[in-house]
Amino acid sequence: MVEHRRFGNLLPHLVLFIGVVVVAFPVYLAIVASTHTDTLIANGQMPLYPGTHGLETYWHTIVSGTGKTTRQPVGGMMIASLVMAVGIAVGKIAISIISAYAIVFFSFPLRMTTFWIIFITLMLPVEVRIFPTYKITSDLGMLDSYSGLILPLIASATATLLFRQFFMTIPKELVEASKMDGAGPIRFFFDTLLPLSLTNIAALFVILFIYGWNQYLWPLLITTRDDMQTIVIGIKKIIDVHDALTEWSVAMATAVLAMLPPVAVVVFMQRLFVKGLIETEK
Amino acid sequence: MANVALRNVRKAYPNGFEAIKGVNFEVGDGQFCVLVGPSGCGKSTLLRMVAGLETITSGEIDIGGRVVNGIEPADRDIAMVFQNYALYPHMSVYNNMAYGLRNRGMPKDEIETRVQEAARILELSLLLDRKPGQLSGGQRQRVAMGRAIVRQPKVFLFDEPLSNLDAKLRIAMRVEIRRLQRRLATTSIYVTHDQLEAMTLADILVVMNGGQVEQIGNPLDIYQKPATTFVAAFIGAPPMNLIPLRDSNIHLPGRNAEAGILGIRPEDLQMVNGSMPDGGVVLDLTVEAIERVGAETYVYGQRPQQQGGAAISAKPGELPPGEILVRIPGQQGPAIGEKIRAAAVRDKLHLFSADGRKRIES
Repeated sequence: MVEHRRFGNLLPHLVLFIGVVVVAFPVYLAIVASTHTDTLIANGQMPLYPGTHGLETYWHTIVSGTGKTTRQPVGGMMIASLVMAVGIAVGKIAISIISAYAIVFFSFPLRMTTFWIIFITLMLPVEVRIFPTYKITSDLGMLDSYSGLILPLIASATATLLFRQFFMTIPKELVEASKMDGAGPIRFFFDTLLPLSLTNIAALFVILFIYGWNQYLWPLLITTRDDMQTIVIGIKKIIDVHDALTEWSVAMATAVLAMLPPVAVVVFMQRLFVKGLIETEK
Repeated sequence: MANVALRNVRKAYPNGFEAIKGVNFEVGDGQFCVLVGPSGCGKSTLLRMVAGLETITSGEIDIGGRVVNGIEPADRDIAMVFQNYALYPHMSVYNNMAYGLRNRGMPKDEIETRVQEAARILELSLLLDRKPGQLSGGQRQRVAMGRAIVRQPKVFLFDEPLSNLDAKLRIAMRVEIRRLQRRLATTSIYVTHDQLEAMTLADILVVMNGGQVEQIGNPLDIYQKPATTFVAAFIGAPPMNLIPLRDSNIHLPGRNAEAGILGIRPEDLQMVNGSMPDGGVVLDLTVEAIERVGAETYVYGQRPQQQGGAAISAKPGELPPGEILVRIPGQQGPAIGEKIRAAAVRDKLHLFSADGRKRIES
């Protein structure tokens, strides 16, 4: 800041503080709720400070899940979600980096057409093409399987576009120097292009992991088996009880657990993430 | 070690543009050949054709007795230094130099010896662990050279390697490149648009214009006897004065070139008081501008009969019609507006045909 006026500084801080409270309070409430008993929450008398049942609730949630609704341990759901999110993120990155490589560095007939076709799929997220995609997935016998969860989602126009833009900034001389050094297309890809793309890959991984983790509609259609449920669906099912008391503590614990992996990914990859979005090391 | 021969080499692009219009020349074993010309003259394209980065439309390129037209760049036994160095940003200096050798499956200890040797020659030994991003421009340039040296190729190709450096470093690196090339005695082809670089580096100078070779030869010969007006204006700084004889009142006794073009280098003009004997040329000028560079002074003079007449339509780097540049020692210097008389002796005059394509020997 250039200016150092007392109130000039105070106001932005106040605004920021209000923002933080608005965002953080529900999260805090979820954490607090997960440490109280269900009866206390259901009574509407839940205090705003943490209770004493925390460890018990979390243990119970991870290992055995709810007693009434899904009866699935949330630990298992987390593994399912993790497999799906990592699968989608890695798959999307792998496919898009290869297609961007082809589009940028090779000349073949209809190269730009191919690119535009890929680009147009931006307008066709899974929600739009859900019936045909479901039909194909089911015809291929991939219902209730991880491949069914992951494969239909791993084509990514966004990531292809991002890699294409990055590859186009790579000087043509680097490709030529590599050629002179006796590196063929595959060597160039692995020895030069991939190391240079690392920060971009990290940034994309963060975004795509969260995209995969938050998938709701697709897993809802594809998985019917309880042991393949993802945690996002699990939350919904845990809340949805008939003729009984919702196990709010378990639901809240599940919500908190669902937040942890994306938070961890962001925290651990933040440095690379920011680097990948703002700078290109050349 | 090898000689390089280009036989009737042509390059046409699919859109019909002909970048290289039939080029022939030969570079002897261990010689330093410089391709020079204005931008867009095809010199870089030609070099890239030798490197194998551009296809050859017709003609032959021969490296060490082997026609390389269809051979991949990596198999031509050449090494290239690029204008922007094209170092691998993620690899250390050592790996940048070793990469090409590893790809060729050379044993580790051999790579080690070669890289260390190149690093010693180029004074990079202490920088081998650094990344290119941590090096200065001159150091990166040396790494790029090192990458070429370790390969011990038959031919070095340089594509304007010094144009990204500042003026002082450029001169230092120029000397270094020449010394290195002498020491390794590797045939080299060097592309530049800087005529000074071209003059100082070349064993053989190839002056190009519009996809064609204008003149090939020893740099001093080209300087002293430019074959065309293009070469005359391009080689030498400041450029040669070119005066069309048709619309001037200059007469050259004993020469039969009434409609030709007269060329006089600025340094061959002297300020005189009287007349010039023996077929020399005397020009009466009005001083229009003066540039003092220190060691010498450039005087821009206007010939009287052109004054206020012809519209100025000169290409960049060329003098407008009627303007004459005189180069005199730094201490002297007429005032602006002063009338001076500049003269050149007979054997310092160059004479060209009216279209500028041919030199007329007296």
